[in-house]
Amino acid sequence: MEIVSAISLWFIPVMIAFILIYGTYKKVPTYESFVEGGKEGIKMAVSIMPFLVGMMVAIAVFRASGALDVMVNWLRPGLEMVGIPAEIVPLALIRPISGTAALGITSDLIGVHGPDSFIGTLAATLQGSTDTTFYVLTVYFGAVGIKKMGDALKVGFLADAVAIITAIIVVAFMF
Amino acid sequence: MVNYIWVVMILIGLGFAMVNGTMAEVNEAVFTGAKEAITLSIGLISILVFWLGMMRIAEDSGLLSKLSTLFKPVISKLFPEVPSNHPAMGYILSNMIANMFGLGNAATPLGIKAMEELKELNDGKNEASRSMITFLAINTASITLIPTTVIAIRMNYDSANPTDIVGPTLVATAVSAVAAILIDRFFYYRRSKKG
Repeated sequence: MEIVSAISLWFIPVMIAFILIYGTYKKVPTYESFVEGGKEGIKMAVSIMPFLVGMMVAIAVFRASGALDVMVNWLRPGLEMVGIPAEIVPLALIRPISGTAALGITSDLIGVHGPDSFIGTLAATLQGSTDTTFYVLTVYFGAVGIKKMGDALKVGFLADAVAIITAIIVVAFMF
Repeated sequence: MVNYIWVVMILIGLGFAMVNGTMAEVNEAVFTGAKEAITLSIGLISILVFWLGMMRIAEDSGLLSKLSTLFKPVISKLFPEVPSNHPAMGYILSNMIANMFGLGNAATPLGIKAMEELKELNDGKNEASRSMITFLAINTASITLIPTTVIAIRMNYDSANPTDIVGPTLVATAVSAVAAILIDRFFYYRRSKKG
C-alpha cells in the first residue's frame, strides 16, 4: 500500500521535474515553450464547451425524467438470470455515460455493502477497469472537430460491454 | 449515429417526463446539465493549460520522440498508419501512461492533442480515421495499473485491505484491452472489405 500511495504521490512532481531538467539541458526556452503550449489549452477548453453542453443536457434530461431507472429495472431480471447482482446494474449502465454519476454510485455501493464485500469489490473493479466512453468520445472528437465518428461509437460501447462482463467474471473468480 | 442517440435520449426523457409527471425535474435538468458542462470545461482550462504547456517543453526538447522510439515496436503494431517519428506517437503514449496511473486529469489534454495530430495525419478531414478509432477503443477500455481513486474510496470506508483491488483490476483491464483491440480490428477489416 505504501508503495502504491508513494507512486501516486510522487509521479506527477517527478515528471514535472524531469521534463524541466531535460528541457533546460537541451537548451529549450522552457518558459516560452510552456506559455506557447498553454495557449492551446484555452482554445481547446472553449471548443469543447458546445459538445459537452449538448451531451450533458441530454444525459441530465434522460436521468431526471426517470427513464434511466425504468431502463435499469427492465434489464434487471435478465441480468440477474445470468448471475449479475441487481445492485451493480445501474453502475454498469451509467459508467459509459457519466463519470461523476458512476463515481457516486460506486462510493454508495461500497458504503452500503462494505468495501470488502462481493458487490463492493465488483463496483471498485468496474470503476477502475472501464472508462466514460461518451465523455471521451465527446471531448476528444469534439475538441478537434471530428463530425463523422464512423465505427468509433460501436467499437467503444462493445469494448465497454466486454470490460464490464470481464470485471464480473474476474471478481467472481477471485473472491 | 451520434445524432440519433442524442435526439432519442432527449425525446425519451421528455416523453417520459410527460407520462410520469417528472416535468419539473426535467426542466431543472436542462439548466443544471448545461451549467455543469460549462463548469467542467472551465475547470478543464487550468489542467489543459498546465499540461499542454509541460508537454510542449517535452516536445521541443525531444523527450516525446525519445519516448516513442522506446515503445515503437508495440505502438507501431497498434497504429500502423502513424509514422514512428511523428509527434502523434508521443502524445498517444503519454496519454496511455497517464491513464495507466489513473491520472485522468492529465490524460485528457494529452488525448486531445493526440487526436489533433491524428487528424492532421488524416489530411484534416472531419471524419474519424482508423487510428483515431483504435486510440478511442484503447482509451475506453481504460488500461489501468493503479486505480488510485477507487483505492482512496476503499480507504475511506475502512477496507481491511484497500489495495486488494489492484489484482482484479489489472486482470480485468488487460482482458478488456485485448478485447477492445480485437473489436477494433474486426470493425476495421469489415470496413476495408466493403471498400
